[in-house]
Amino acid sequence: MHIGLVHYLVVSALLFSMGLFAIISRKHAILVLMGIELVLNAANINFIAFAKYGGMNIEGHVAAIFVIILAATEAAIALAIILNIYQHFRHVNVDEVDDLKE
Amino acid sequence: MQGAINFPILTLITFLPALGILIILLIPSGKDKEAIDLSKKTIKWVSLGITFIQLILAAIIYVFYNSAKTGINDINTFQFVEKVNWIHANLPLIGNIDIDYFLGIDGISVPMLLLTTIICFVAILPSFKITKAVKGYFAMYLLLDLGMVGVFCALDFFLFYVFWELMLLPMYFLIGIWGGPRKEYAAIKFFIYTLVGSVLMLLVMIGLFQSVGTFNILDMMDPANFKAGAILSGSATTLRYAAFLALFIGFAIKVPLFPFHTWLPDAHVEAPTPISVILAGVLLKMGAYGMIRIAFPIFPEAFGYFQSLIAWIGMISILYGALCALGQHRVGKRDLKKLIAYSSISHMGLVMLGLSSMRPEGMVGAIFQMFNHGTITAMLFMIVGVIYDRAHTRGLDDFGGLAKKMPVYTGIMAIAFFAAIGLPGLSGFISEVLVFLGAFKTFPVLTAVSVLSIILGAGYMLWALQKIFFGELPNKWKGPWDPTGIEYKTDDINGLELTALIPLAVIIIFLGIYPNPMIDLISGSVNHFIDLMKPFVFIGGL
Amino acid sequence: MTKDTLLLSFIVLLIPMASFLINIFFGNKLGRKSGIVGTFILGIDLALAIVAAYNKLFVFSEEPVIQTRIEWFNLGTVNFDIGIGIDNIATIMLVVVTLISFLVHLFSTVYMKGDRRYPTYFAYLGLFTFSMLGIVITNNFLLMYIFWELVGISSYLLIGFWYEKGSAANAGKKAFITNRIGDLGFFIGIMILFFTYNSFMFDDIFSGIASGKMPFNNPTMLTVTGICIFMGAIGKSAQFPLHVWLPDAMEGPTPVSALIHAATMVAAGVYLVTKVFVMFTADALTFIALTGAITAFMSASIALVQRDFKKILAFSTISQLGYMIMSLGVGGYTNGFFHLVTHAWFKAALFLTAGSVIYAMHESIHHKNDHHTDAQDIYNMGGLRKTMPWTYLTFMIATFALSGIPFTSGFLSKDGILAGTLAYANLTGGWHWVIPVLGYLAAGMTAFYMFRLTILAFHGEHKTEIARNTKENKLPILFPLVLLACLSFWFVYSSNPFEASEGWFQEKVVQPVSVVPETSQWKFLLPEMAEGQAHNQGDNPENSDVVQASPENTYLNRFHEESHHFHYLAMGISLFMAALGIMLAFMMYKFKIINAGKLEVRFKFLHSFLYNRWYFDELYQATAIVGTLALSKSLSWFDTYIVDGLVNLSSYIIRFVSRLTGLFDNYVIDGAVNMASTFTGYCGSKIRKLQTGKVQAYIVFMLLGILTMIYFFV
Repeated sequence: MHIGLVHYLVVSALLFSMGLFAIISRKHAILVLMGIELVLNAANINFIAFAKYGGMNIEGHVAAIFVIILAATEAAIALAIILNIYQHFRHVNVDEVDDLKE
Repeated sequence: MQGAINFPILTLITFLPALGILIILLIPSGKDKEAIDLSKKTIKWVSLGITFIQLILAAIIYVFYNSAKTGINDINTFQFVEKVNWIHANLPLIGNIDIDYFLGIDGISVPMLLLTTIICFVAILPSFKITKAVKGYFAMYLLLDLGMVGVFCALDFFLFYVFWELMLLPMYFLIGIWGGPRKEYAAIKFFIYTLVGSVLMLLVMIGLFQSVGTFNILDMMDPANFKAGAILSGSATTLRYAAFLALFIGFAIKVPLFPFHTWLPDAHVEAPTPISVILAGVLLKMGAYGMIRIAFPIFPEAFGYFQSLIAWIGMISILYGALCALGQHRVGKRDLKKLIAYSSISHMGLVMLGLSSMRPEGMVGAIFQMFNHGTITAMLFMIVGVIYDRAHTRGLDDFGGLAKKMPVYTGIMAIAFFAAIGLPGLSGFISEVLVFLGAFKTFPVLTAVSVLSIILGAGYMLWALQKIFFGELPNKWKGPWDPTGIEYKTDDINGLELTALIPLAVIIIFLGIYPNPMIDLISGSVNHFIDLMKPFVFIGGL
Repeated sequence: MTKDTLLLSFIVLLIPMASFLINIFFGNKLGRKSGIVGTFILGIDLALAIVAAYNKLFVFSEEPVIQTRIEWFNLGTVNFDIGIGIDNIATIMLVVVTLISFLVHLFSTVYMKGDRRYPTYFAYLGLFTFSMLGIVITNNFLLMYIFWELVGISSYLLIGFWYEKGSAANAGKKAFITNRIGDLGFFIGIMILFFTYNSFMFDDIFSGIASGKMPFNNPTMLTVTGICIFMGAIGKSAQFPLHVWLPDAMEGPTPVSALIHAATMVAAGVYLVTKVFVMFTADALTFIALTGAITAFMSASIALVQRDFKKILAFSTISQLGYMIMSLGVGGYTNGFFHLVTHAWFKAALFLTAGSVIYAMHESIHHKNDHHTDAQDIYNMGGLRKTMPWTYLTFMIATFALSGIPFTSGFLSKDGILAGTLAYANLTGGWHWVIPVLGYLAAGMTAFYMFRLTILAFHGEHKTEIARNTKENKLPILFPLVLLACLSFWFVYSSNPFEASEGWFQEKVVQPVSVVPETSQWKFLLPEMAEGQAHNQGDNPENSDVVQASPENTYLNRFHEESHHFHYLAMGISLFMAALGIMLAFMMYKFKIINAGKLEVRFKFLHSFLYNRWYFDELYQATAIVGTLALSKSLSWFDTYIVDGLVNLSSYIIRFVSRLTGLFDNYVIDGAVNMASTFTGYCGSKIRKLQTGKVQAYIVFMLLGILTMIYFFV
């Protein structure tokens, strides 16, 4: 079976959907963060796939590296926020962090 | 000696009170009792000093004034003229606005200027008894002074209006804060009444500005300066009549003439003594002054048209005021201040009758009467103040037999009362006779009826005199006014009060015997004025 | 020098003013000495007045009037000139006024000695004298009016001198206001004259009238003007119908009454008419004569029944003033003025005797410590003849003079007046006969009431203990009485007790020629053109100067001639009337042949009518006073409730309207604004439910949104 662009895209879509599901359904902030990582990596797969099969060439790789760097920094900042949330609320349950409503 | 004064003396005399206000406001109030007393005392003496300097400046003006120059409508014959461009703006739609700071005096303003400074000076003395909010009181007082002097010096309508309004506000507070039991009612009544007059004046002022293109009162007197087709140009148009009437009513409220007079009794009754003095002494004269300075010469043909109406109003005011003074005791409490207030209406009606005659005798008499009424009524109100300070009542029925207790006071009072009923030898007589003689030449029948007031005047004045001074002393006043002897060492009038009253008495007697200083001052301008008005008015005669 | 005489009379005018000023300012320091100072000053004044009068009457007699004019002030186009001038009548009046004032001062030093305000009293006397002298020496209407008013005010002060008494204060006020009513007319008259002739000077006005210039170009207006001027005299001289103040003026101290009744005040009115006599038209003169006659009759009738010593004298004064006015009205210029002078002496004497009696009565009352007896009621007196002989004697002489008994001055002057009225009635005829009839009736009544007074007060037994204990007064009181009584004899004026025209007085006071155009004047008052005089007067017919006529061969005018014819007839009737009056008085009060009490009961209505002074006070109270007060009351009501009511109503309306607009603003305009915000808020509160604050929910919404967009746009 020839592995083509479509396969990559299907994997990426599955990965994206799982990540999105994790973001929406998980209560724990760390899990939400993990969901975001999944979504980002789904995007990375897409970039690389398009670099190989599409016309993106080197730009696709550059974008993927950008996303990795971004994901790293984002993880760092997000973890810092989660720690702060934890300090403030003594939990990291995103459902109960609804002070914005007020 | 004119021309000997080169510095702007009119500005000085007008704005000197402003300096006084500044000084007063800078005087610290003090913390402990001693310092507070000291500060109050300083405020009082500063005010006295300011008004005294003003009086001296007025005397200087009088000395250097040249009565051969007649003023009225010619800037070259006005004296001590100061004319500077004040506000200059080029606005879209309206065009050029030029408002001058334009001061100058003639034979009509000088007596009023003298009167204002004299009254402001003597009324300071009874003000010394004010204890409540001294700083505010004297600041307001000086502001009032500024406005009044300004009105009599201004020759630019806009400036005139500014001063006119400037004087309104302190008056409102002076009655409203330092007044009697119904002070709020009286103050607001005064304020609104006068404001109605001001609005009418403002309307006409704008109309005149539209038509002439300047606020210069002298320019407005010359029909040639009116732009063709402007709202108030032409002669004897309906609009001009309406404008004249609006101005007339605006000023008549201030005079006050029947039927616009009802603010006066309330304001007089509620105002504190010195403010009653200023109100009767100076403020009432502004209405009549405004008519002579603005309403009559700008709209001569309208004056001619309404001349007999004005004479009628004068006659009605004379008799109505006198009868109300006689009858006021029947309604409510018989109040001495109210009696004098109504007599003021009667006497100011006399001024109106004299002005409407357009005869030298009548007009000189009217302006002289304005001066005399100022001094006489000021004296009357201060006299009432003296008794009110002691007995804390002005009710005519509360007194009797005071002549025995206060002989000197009775003597002073008799001079003022006799002056008010026109006794020869006192100034009121001459002006009254002049007004009647002049008015008789133009309106014989009206004047003959008005002369009835000499009987009514004698009636209410002597009645009041008898009520207060004759008969038996009521038991409650048998003792000394002030048993502790701290405030009043004797029962009779004291030195401070005499200091305020005697200058006025001297003026009244002096002008009653030798009126020339005042009449020479007035007559030149009046004759010029009548020459201007002659083509338009009815002067009767054979 | 004529100027010196004028200056002298001016000094005579000023001296009493000095007395006033000294006593008002230094009175308290002077204390009891102020009376002596005042009397002394007036003594000097009297001496100077006599010198001035002598100079004018005998040294400069050829000059009709010595006068001067100065400009008081001018209005550029109109001058106000004033001046002083003395003619014969003025100088005679100067002496009359100063002499009586001097005597009153002297009398008062004793009479007022117990008074608390002794210096003030003398100050007022000085002011009063000053004002009256001013009237005397003026030669223009302006000064006349000024001093006229000053007389009014000084009478106010003196009548109300004892102001603690309500009645005295009221009397002063009444006198002043009643006088002002007269002054109203006087002033209107002056205004008309000033309007027409542009001057106040008598000379200017009289020559203006003579040249034919009429007020309002109408000769009738000249009559009206004359009557207006005369109104001043009606007020001051207490003529009908303004006589009501004079009896009340008795509230003042008695010496003041003497001053008012003899020399100052009431004399001013008569003097005014004399002074401007030449400008009255025939109709005005008729009015004057009638007023005088009615006054003379009315007040004489009132005096018949009064009980108060001073009131009787007061009404007799009014009556005698009526005589003077009547005399002037019928054209008897000289006799009118003559009576003014003779009356001044004997009326002053009568009042001062009244003062003497009352003073003695008061002393006696004081002595007895009795406070109920009225010291002035003649029914409390009686028998004073024995206790007070000097007073009685002088009183009798004055009474004779007043009643017109021969050998007194009053006989001379009254006779002349009555002859004049007869002549007048004869010349004019018709209803004018009323005037002499009233005059003679009054003459009879005068004799009656004066003798009634004499008999009741001085004759018979002492009616009370008080009267028994009266004592004769001291010299300062008696001296004036005796002097005045001496002046009431005929020889002062004329060597012949039956013919006044032979005396110096009638020679010096000659009737001036009227300046009124012939058409408006009685023919008989115009000068008769005797052969010799025609030439003199033809040149200058409007000459207002006194025309000197020699009495032997020619008369001044037809009236003069006619009076002379009636002279003895008039004297006869007058004597008969006086005798009748005296006889009746004796029959009723001395011999009791006629019972006065019964008569009183019989004619109860008439008696109370007379006793209540013809109900004039009540009439005025009911009409003028109540009317004025009602008018002022209703106007005051009108002012408070209608005029001020309208003002307050307008403010009320404005407040009401503003409250309405306030409501509108609150509920409609602001309501709309609020409604918009409420609606928005409501919507917001609904929508905000979506805002859960849960990030995951937002992501779901975002997702839905993206899907929707994809659905629509892709």
